[in-house]
Amino acid sequence: MIRFIAQRILWTFVVLLFLSLITFGLMHAVPGGPFDREKTLPPETIKVLNEKYHLDDPLWKQYVDYLVGVLVPRVNDNPPTSLTDSYLINIPLWGDTEFHWMNFGPSYRSRSRTVNDIIREQLPISFQLGVLSIIMSLIIGMPLGVIAALKQNTVWDYLGMSVAIFGVSVPVIAMGPVLVWIFGVALKWLPPAGWGSKPPYLMFFVPRQLGWDYWRYTILPVFALGVSHAAIIARLTRASLLQVIREDYIRTARSKGLTERIVVTRHALRNALIPVITVLGPMFAAIVTGTFVAEQIFGIPGLGKYFITSITNRDYPVIMGTTLLYGMMLLLANLMVDISYAWLDPRIRYD
Amino acid sequence: MAEKETIAIPARRKSGSLWGDAVYRLSRNRAAIMGGVLIILLILTAVFARFIAPYTYEEQDLKSNSAVAQWELSIFPMMEPYANITDKYALGADNLGRDILSRLIYGAQISLSVAFIGPVVALLVGTVYGLISGFFGKNVDNIMMRFVDLMYAIPTMLLIILMMAFFRGSFNLSEPGSFAWWMNEIDKRFGGMLFIFIGIGLTAWMGTARLARGQVLSLREQEFVLAARAVGSTNGRIIFRHILPNILGPLIITVTLAIPGYISTEAFLSFIGLGVNAPTPSWGSMIAEGSTAIRSYPHQAILPAIALSITMFAFNFLGDGLRDALDPRLRGT
Repeated sequence: MIRFIAQRILWTFVVLLFLSLITFGLMHAVPGGPFDREKTLPPETIKVLNEKYHLDDPLWKQYVDYLVGVLVPRVNDNPPTSLTDSYLINIPLWGDTEFHWMNFGPSYRSRSRTVNDIIREQLPISFQLGVLSIIMSLIIGMPLGVIAALKQNTVWDYLGMSVAIFGVSVPVIAMGPVLVWIFGVALKWLPPAGWGSKPPYLMFFVPRQLGWDYWRYTILPVFALGVSHAAIIARLTRASLLQVIREDYIRTARSKGLTERIVVTRHALRNALIPVITVLGPMFAAIVTGTFVAEQIFGIPGLGKYFITSITNRDYPVIMGTTLLYGMMLLLANLMVDISYAWLDPRIRYD
Repeated sequence: MAEKETIAIPARRKSGSLWGDAVYRLSRNRAAIMGGVLIILLILTAVFARFIAPYTYEEQDLKSNSAVAQWELSIFPMMEPYANITDKYALGADNLGRDILSRLIYGAQISLSVAFIGPVVALLVGTVYGLISGFFGKNVDNIMMRFVDLMYAIPTMLLIILMMAFFRGSFNLSEPGSFAWWMNEIDKRFGGMLFIFIGIGLTAWMGTARLARGQVLSLREQEFVLAARAVGSTNGRIIFRHILPNILGPLIITVTLAIPGYISTEAFLSFIGLGVNAPTPSWGSMIAEGSTAIRSYPHQAILPAIALSITMFAFNFLGDGLRDALDPRLRGT
């Protein structure tokens, strides 16, 4: 098991390195630079800017410098010498000495902010949105699937599966504007845009105030993002439970005289939920990309918007930083899914 | 396999081939038939868009920008005070004075073509890749599958977004006469569709490759392959005549079920501005444009959203039906 986990972590690292190489390569393969504006800057200015951001270095050196900046941790007590000397993770150790890790570099577009600032302010919001959507899809999806399976071929089953096919077929881009219009504009029950939390956060992303002022902003985007995944989970839970419930060990449990409730919760559900866990990895990826759209439709100041605009703006460090961060989150999610899968189902032997 | 199928079929019908049975089962599935009919209608709309659409997708009438049809006021009465009412356009006009109905009709072209290109690439490339990898095994398999693993581990959406940004940025500025320049010319001619096809195609094949390989690995060791080899069949004949027909069913199911994903990927790309080039309409870009004006002109975003959802419904119904028909054991999954 430990060997398996170590292997997976190593593999995750290889993939991240590959991803950074692809991103860096594609980024620099596109002609033109971050300082091409509609009004052309004088060549001297561009030269100075290129020098300042080391864009005149050979490509391999830029890449290596970037990786060193992100990967190598530093421990020092000097105050930052320049704006670009900032790190995403700063842990005070003793006195003035601090542990610094992950310098994602400056942003070429917003001069007063570094990529670290952008990540620090925007990522928690995207993260809240994603986590709430996953929770919602699990809370709705699993009971729906269980009810549909236990009452197979009844009205409940058909109703549940109709809801599920609706959820699968209506993507966030389609549901978002409709929800905004109905609940935000026409009925005025919920705000059509915005987000209700501000830094500082507890534990990096948990907002300090969780009142109605926070929740009313979350309902629409979380519903739009969560419902399609709730549908996927419901369908999968139903199928998996239907299969498990016909197994011999369920008959054994029944013949022992256990109540139906215990048979379902202790024996059937536990085994039926294993396949459901496998989709959580891809689902997490889909929800993360879904946040790009949801943030745009619901006017949420999250990281997704920065990711999209940085690509059109050729803001190299922002592209690299956000891509790597998203890649890291998705790969970590997959890693956790793989590990929990191996842990839950001892029949699976990895070597 | 074939014997088992014939038992499952009611006696009132003469049992046919495996595919015949599948078609029969599909024809008994009402939702799938509904989806199929809808898809055929959508295909006809896309193919004959030029004849059906009352206007072209780029024709502007600046006097009627954001115009609203009379009937739309009864659904969205809040538009009454400021609406620019028109009877020229059945569904109103967008903020540039272009007919929404015509743009919706032309928008079907891009969604439908993605719905066909995606699975075709996934099936062709993925199957061949998986067949080769699984059949030859050993080092070939190892190298080919490590590559798939690496590509598969990278989040698809990030990869597509990066590639689209690369295509849009670099091919535009390439030297006339070069390969990239020709690609860009073709892309322009198709309103930006080519690069979407390439972007989706480059990421679509990996799942099928894995599936095909897994199937081949289990089939390769079976007696009928040994028998074929014993009578002197070549590798090519074994792969295409004996193994391929056996793995085609699950592959078709997978790629059909993936179609709604391709459609929403395209809509997503166009939504964030990396998809089709303006003024080519895509439902995704129409939703993006419309959702900026959702407070004053909700129909501009909601109509393309409905069109997109209906198409996704149709493909989901057909995909589910096809899965039930081709592999009855998977019913309801």
